[in-house]
Amino acid sequence: MISFLFRRILSSIPVALAVIAICFLLVRLAPGSPFSSERALDPATQAMLETKYGLSGSLPTQLFRYASNLLHGDLGDSLKFRGRTVNEIIGQSLPRSLLLGSIAFTLALALGIPLGAWSAARQGKPSGAILNGLALLTLSIPTFILAPVTVLLFSFYIRLCPPAGWGSPSQLVLPALCLSLPFVGVCARLTRSGLLEVLGADFIRTARAKGVTEPNLIFLHALRSAILPLVAYAGPLAASILTGSLLIEETFAIPGIGQFFVSGVINRDVFLVSGVVLVYCLLLLFFNLIADWLTALLDPRISLSS
Amino acid sequence: MTLCRGTPGLLALLFPVLLLTGCHSRPRADLIICNGAEPQSLDPAIISGQLEGRLTTALLEGLVRRDARARPVPGCAEKWTVSPDGRVYTFTLRPNLRWSNGNPLTAEDYRYSWLRALSPTTGSPYSEILYFIAGAEDYHSGKVPASSVGIQVINDQTLRVTLLNPTPFFPALTSFTTYLPVHRSTVEKYGDRWTRPENWVGNGPYLLLDWKINDRVSLEKNPLYHTPDRVALNRIDALAVNRASTAFNLYSGGQADVLLDKGLIPSLILPELRGRADFHPGPLLATYFYRFQVTRPPFNDARIRRAFAIALDKEAITDKITRGNEPVATALCPRGMADYQPPEGLSSDPDTARGLLAQAGFPNGKDFPRVSLLYNKSELNEQLAIEIQAQWKRELGVTVELRNQEWATYLRSLDELDFDIARSSWVGDYDDPNTFLDCFVTGRGNNRTGWSNPTYDSLLASALAEPNPARRLQLMQQAETILVTQALPIIPIYHFVGCLMFDPTKWAGLYPNLLDDHPFSEIKRAKN
Repeated sequence: MISFLFRRILSSIPVALAVIAICFLLVRLAPGSPFSSERALDPATQAMLETKYGLSGSLPTQLFRYASNLLHGDLGDSLKFRGRTVNEIIGQSLPRSLLLGSIAFTLALALGIPLGAWSAARQGKPSGAILNGLALLTLSIPTFILAPVTVLLFSFYIRLCPPAGWGSPSQLVLPALCLSLPFVGVCARLTRSGLLEVLGADFIRTARAKGVTEPNLIFLHALRSAILPLVAYAGPLAASILTGSLLIEETFAIPGIGQFFVSGVINRDVFLVSGVVLVYCLLLLFFNLIADWLTALLDPRISLSS
Repeated sequence: MTLCRGTPGLLALLFPVLLLTGCHSRPRADLIICNGAEPQSLDPAIISGQLEGRLTTALLEGLVRRDARARPVPGCAEKWTVSPDGRVYTFTLRPNLRWSNGNPLTAEDYRYSWLRALSPTTGSPYSEILYFIAGAEDYHSGKVPASSVGIQVINDQTLRVTLLNPTPFFPALTSFTTYLPVHRSTVEKYGDRWTRPENWVGNGPYLLLDWKINDRVSLEKNPLYHTPDRVALNRIDALAVNRASTAFNLYSGGQADVLLDKGLIPSLILPELRGRADFHPGPLLATYFYRFQVTRPPFNDARIRRAFAIALDKEAITDKITRGNEPVATALCPRGMADYQPPEGLSSDPDTARGLLAQAGFPNGKDFPRVSLLYNKSELNEQLAIEIQAQWKRELGVTVELRNQEWATYLRSLDELDFDIARSSWVGDYDDPNTFLDCFVTGRGNNRTGWSNPTYDSLLASALAEPNPARRLQLMQQAETILVTQALPIIPIYHFVGCLMFDPTKWAGLYPNLLDDHPFSEIKRAKN
């Protein structure tokens, strides 16, 4: 186990460095300057700012300078939010996205797995089709429709939760629901297809012949194997859901990290974009690691030492 | 391991102690304002946007400040005098002015702050607004030392400013954000980090209580402000909200009291809001226009530019697309600026437009070269471009391709003159036509057309040097006439309108005004 972790962490380092280097170069090569605005800036001031923020010299020099700062834990200064460091921006906004994302992730699994399992158990029956349809529905409603409709329903027609904002638990309800709902459908579909495959296996037939009840059969025997595709999917899902969604954050005024990636790219705020990408990359690597570990725990045929 | 045993383990990994982070209730502020996007900075020398300007003018006060109707009134200066030639202003500061940390505020603080904004090492995007001061531009470009700039401290309470030209609006200009003072030792001690709430030292009606990234800026009444009784509200929260529908939802749900920007009101529902008691529209010192690249064919021919300008039916554009009762623009400067009457400009005349195009060698648009219309990606810009493209096709028979670029790329295309026609807008910084007309002086960074006209340049230069205010405005009008009726490097399309939303039975001290300036310190609860 420890050697598995050690190997994976070691192999993650070059991946993260490559991602950061590519991201940095792509933003720097994109047309436009981080300091330009509708009001033209004189070339001398622009050059001074480029020097001040370490964007002078050749691209490799800039990248090397950035990488050296990274090694000291310094993600650089934001070029758009002058006076703010990227560490500070991520430090303040990431916990909010993590909080919202972890609730949405839990909801996606807690609703999606039973929905998929139930739908598989009722395969061929009208109730199974309805459950399957429900899962498809959650999957197909786009967030840009789901979010405003949810606000209209639960904030203005039925005054259950505030329409937006940050600061109280009630303000988390609607964004968490909207963030999780599309993933509920994905989790349900993965669980259902996995279960349908496993339910036809010999060991399930044997268990059924021995008189194991249907819920026990599904939840104690079949689900363990059936859930493997979902576990593999859950790694990238966790990274994606925890790093926030631009649409959800803007619609519900959540001060999370999701908006910074988009605004960073638009403004060519290279350090902010690279910092956010680094966070996403590390989360992705971490949750893929967890997913692989869980897969090995669930499937005895897979060995962590190999 | 069964799933039942595994799930809690998985969830435990994802559901850590975060429930305790970042999410906590706080008492509601006296006033909650939707202020627009996250402020880029609160340093007056660094900022260039209106939303940052609203916050900094609440936190810092210039020699002059603006009242609720954006009229200039004495701020930290209790009075000022001007020399007979209109070039030397002597400001007398109020006695016993203090920074929020108790330090005395003196004329030297203003001198230091203005020189700091001018210094090339500060990287101020607005340093040129200080170029009215003698020697300021040369100091910015490193040609002269700070001592050559016309800012002189006579004593702690007296500041003398020598200007390049008679500038009648100079006292009002000192209310502009770039002219706000900063606390020297705080800036020198903390560098870029001086704007953090824990480091903040200001002299305005409010103190910086808290600044949560992408969430809100919280302001608290400054007990050391020179006239604290003037400030009615103890705490104000300015929310960082980008999306119009979200801001409007917050306002409708009672989580925000005031929407300070038309951009925070969904444009689709503007017609429905008109007539509501809490909807307060007003004119704005801003113009939407198209610019031509005049250094290459076909738009190096003034007849063609004129044909394109007068072929447009601008009323149809504002009626169909913008729908906010925007006044059609025939001149660059909006109406309503103090004593200034912009020229009439050109009205729609498709027949003459077709004639001009034929004279230029393109009857009915035949053989007209392929040209493109550049705009930055936004729904409004796109709708306008499509409508204008259709009008040119209909009236002139020319095909204009649409070229859509995202923001930074679009700005680079403008700077490099890599366009034929490009959408633009300009928001005036101060109540004088120079704030618009100066953009098109030869070689100015904001010219972005390649246009150069010696008569225009000399008229504006004469206007700036002219001590007689009425004659000065006449010269400005003559220059603008060249711009919008003869040379036409631009086509003015419409003037913006501003909109405020607040319940007048609850709030007072907010008035729509040309500068869209709504000082927080003027807002108070309405007396029922």
